[in-house]
Amino acid sequence: MEKTIAQKTISVNEEGYLTNFKEWNKEIAEEIAKENNISLTPKHWQVIDYIQDEFKKESPLSIRKIGKSGVVDIKAFYELFPVGPLKTATKIAGVPKPASCI
Amino acid sequence: MSEYNGEIRKMMIILSKASIENVYAAFVLANGARMEGIEAEMFFTFFGLEAVHNKKLDHLHVATVGNPAMHMPTMLGGLPGMEAFATSMMKKEMEKLDMPEVREFLEILKASGVKLWACKLAMEMFHYEKDDMFPELDGVLTVGDFYKQASGIGTHMLFI
Repeated sequence: MEKTIAQKTISVNEEGYLTNFKEWNKEIAEEIAKENNISLTPKHWQVIDYIQDEFKKESPLSIRKIGKSGVVDIKAFYELFPVGPLKTATKIAGVPKPASCI
Repeated sequence: MSEYNGEIRKMMIILSKASIENVYAAFVLANGARMEGIEAEMFFTFFGLEAVHNKKLDHLHVATVGNPAMHMPTMLGGLPGMEAFATSMMKKEMEKLDMPEVREFLEILKASGVKLWACKLAMEMFHYEKDDMFPELDGVLTVGDFYKQASGIGTHMLFI
């Protein structure tokens, strides 16, 4: 399906995840963050950069991995993205929802 | 199914066993709840206490006896070393799936905001003190206290 966000029409799935990472930009990220009641700080951006790097490397994400990233620890990750952090952070980063159970 | 369309808001997970497959099931469910934005609290009772006993939690085993899914004759499962063997096999497989060890998993749960409670009655039965337990344990509760923790709409309770 399509969604207009930050004056741009992008394709998203039924849960609101971008289906084409190439359509992502920072304004879109800001908008999705706002929909999730988050205003992005430099620390959020560091996490988003990390998530996008891992996505580009096709390396699967998990909470444990985020904790070992050196970018943020698990506690701080939950503080940055309080409700379902991995789901929310990946949505903002424009990458698919991780399929991991851990 | 009226409030919040029946959405789960909080999971209260009671762990009464310390075989590693049960401990992991409980931990994955608690962590999975937090990953979905659902609150989670765990209550460790009877043998489940071993999963938060500081000296025991690093040495939990798979149950090889009385576990039909092991596809192993019960007599064989009881042989010396069999539990250790099955446990090391299982740990290897879990590491491949990026599953942390019990202690690291407890640390992840705490960092994720899961509350960890020990059952007062079971603590007394096993003569354990709070100091014997995983340092980040939130406290020792009676059943009544635990039910109080569970209050609120959309709470579900699970016994393992």
